[in-house]
Amino acid sequence: MNEKLLPAVKALSERFAAESHEYAGEVWLTVSPEHIVDACKAARDEFKFNLLTNLSAVDYWPQETPRFHVVYNLFSSTDQVSLGLRVPLDGNAPHLPSLIPVYPGANWWEREGWDMFGIRFDGHPDLRRILMPADWEGHPLRKDYPLGYEEVQFTFNVGDVEIRKPRPRE
Amino acid sequence: MTETQEINLEELRHLVSERALTGETMLLNMGPQHPSTHGVLRLLLELDGEIVVNCIPDIGYLHTGVEKNMESKIFQKAEPMTDRLDYLNPIGNNLTFCLAVEKLCGIDVPPRAQVLRVMLAELERLSSHLVWLGTSALDLAAMSLFLYTFREREMILDIKELISGSRMMTTYIRPGGLWRDVPVEFEAAVRRYCDVQEARLDEYEALLTNNALFRDRTIGIGVINTQQCYEWGVTGPVIRATGEPFDVRKIQPYSGYEEYDFEIPTEKGGDIFSRYMVRVREMRQSIRIIRQALDKLPFGPVRSNNRKFIPPPRSELGTSMEAVIHHFKLWTEGFHAPAESVYMMNESPRGLLGVYIEGNGGPTGHRIHYHTPSFVNLQILPLLSKGHFVADLVGIIGSIDIILGDCDR
Amino acid sequence: MGVEQKLGNMGIATTTLEQAVNWARTNSMWPMLFGLACCAIEMMAAEAANYDMSRFGMELMRASPRQSDLMIVAGRVSRKMAPVLRRLYDQMPDPKWVIAMGDCASTGGIFNNYAVVQGVDEIVPVNVYVAGCPPRPEALVHGILILQEKVRSEHLSQWR
Repeated sequence: MNEKLLPAVKALSERFAAESHEYAGEVWLTVSPEHIVDACKAARDEFKFNLLTNLSAVDYWPQETPRFHVVYNLFSSTDQVSLGLRVPLDGNAPHLPSLIPVYPGANWWEREGWDMFGIRFDGHPDLRRILMPADWEGHPLRKDYPLGYEEVQFTFNVGDVEIRKPRPRE
Repeated sequence: MTETQEINLEELRHLVSERALTGETMLLNMGPQHPSTHGVLRLLLELDGEIVVNCIPDIGYLHTGVEKNMESKIFQKAEPMTDRLDYLNPIGNNLTFCLAVEKLCGIDVPPRAQVLRVMLAELERLSSHLVWLGTSALDLAAMSLFLYTFREREMILDIKELISGSRMMTTYIRPGGLWRDVPVEFEAAVRRYCDVQEARLDEYEALLTNNALFRDRTIGIGVINTQQCYEWGVTGPVIRATGEPFDVRKIQPYSGYEEYDFEIPTEKGGDIFSRYMVRVREMRQSIRIIRQALDKLPFGPVRSNNRKFIPPPRSELGTSMEAVIHHFKLWTEGFHAPAESVYMMNESPRGLLGVYIEGNGGPTGHRIHYHTPSFVNLQILPLLSKGHFVADLVGIIGSIDIILGDCDR
Repeated sequence: MGVEQKLGNMGIATTTLEQAVNWARTNSMWPMLFGLACCAIEMMAAEAANYDMSRFGMELMRASPRQSDLMIVAGRVSRKMAPVLRRLYDQMPDPKWVIAMGDCASTGGIFNNYAVVQGVDEIVPVNVYVAGCPPRPEALVHGILILQEKVRSEHLSQWR
């Protein structure tokens, strides 16, 4: 572990009861959902992690506890180290506090998290769909959402696919 | 299919000002088909006369489902999808993906491949900046520059075609090295390109930098400061134009960037003109890096010798049964990545490009996420455009250099 | 053996209405400035100095669908973009033609998933498909020449 990262990891894991995990030189802290905003605030104000470089989620369906992990990567431009945070979430309709008060740039990423995974970010000012059309059903990046594969036409099924393929009215 | 979704004011009530609801200001739709939105960006503008009061971007018109699709493919077959995310920076996208996969699996890269990767990434940066220069100048009504920059860009595309056979989407960088070694003509072609480009850069600057019309339309427009950039996570030429030397190539060097002697150009203004100057000066630095790379290009293999991840060379397939089995297994089943997660950062022409890959112990990624600079940079568009004319908005969109494929993924 | 031999030295050329109109349509086809994804960059390259599409009367890109005859669908069409594309097509005045440029516009390409329309021919009728990912500018020019040939051989009864 980078020695510049050591005090931050030590303090954060003690204060927020976070487990730390290291792989390939990266440190990941597992934080509970109620602590994530405080943890990020402490990381930004005390340990100079001033840039949010990643916000996404991972789905572990069919596992239910935890079903999702929300993943944050913070970067410090003064110490030039990065720190990963993971927040486990249970159940089918998870929610956790929004990170906008700490990093305003989280705004669109959280909208993407809602659009793609159906994770609610409490306190988000504008939680609408961002990438999919507003009337879309389902959250595409969930593992129980099908890829939406269209069959490839071969000689034996060319007619079947042709019938099912939508055509313009004209 | 003919029904398009109409704008519903109720849904956007919390985004527009009170004056829009009384009809004092005008709501205007711009895009998704608009010549100066650089793709299929849709903006909902609230206008007071010709002044932009509020600007609400609506993205997703190029959402391709790349991240979902990559989860169902083995790593080698997912890579061609990364080309098509940011279609002005395909080699940079490949490089980021490969670096992340190499970090996840612990694959080594031979030195010759490292140097070639740097060289190709810089060529791609030049080609991206050339397209940016041409199209943004076109937005600001400087037509002829478009023809000049595309003329030089063809030289880069010819070099890419020389090494890989494709003009844009090369997929030349692979996990563990490169697809194959470069041909003998490569070095001369790159050297000639560097010489030509350096002289032509002066020509572009002669057309724009001291042009009174260009200066009037760019200086003091769309200003942002360093503090705001960090808060919103904005990187790349936008943050460098505010005077902050933030460049992933310097602060977290990858592929041996620490061995090259280059500067990070910064400007003080934070406006469109500063971003233009930063990009033009960056192009000179890229040429400098390419020249250094050409001088130190070592001989040796371009692919790792780790047979767990890298298919054996073609010459061995005729003589060795194990090589045939390896080759077959690697291209049908793929290599297995551990159930861990890595995050890799890279400097794309637009800013910090991050890749998050999580393996699941199998040959496919469990989750592959691209943290793309266009998405982040587009987010500050309302901030930049407030209080400017609609005509300036076009210049501002050009100056943050968004690629909608990169943004919507 | 017709009238044109007798009138040959009087500076008058005669032809059929069909040929004259087809000739005019062929050489003043205005494409719509409509780039979607990667192929749009190659389309721009085809218009720029090296490939110079204006040799074929195709350089005048119109930003408004109301002024254009040809839609070059350059790139993948997402489900969110599909209704917009159809509306743009409906806004174009007759006669109108469509070129599906690239694999994604023709068949969905490598993106066989929930978000991408599997071929733009699900939404609008396509006249010429150009293969490639992305197609080279020469391929686009070739597609345009094929379209011009098609237009030149249209008959009066097929006119719209």
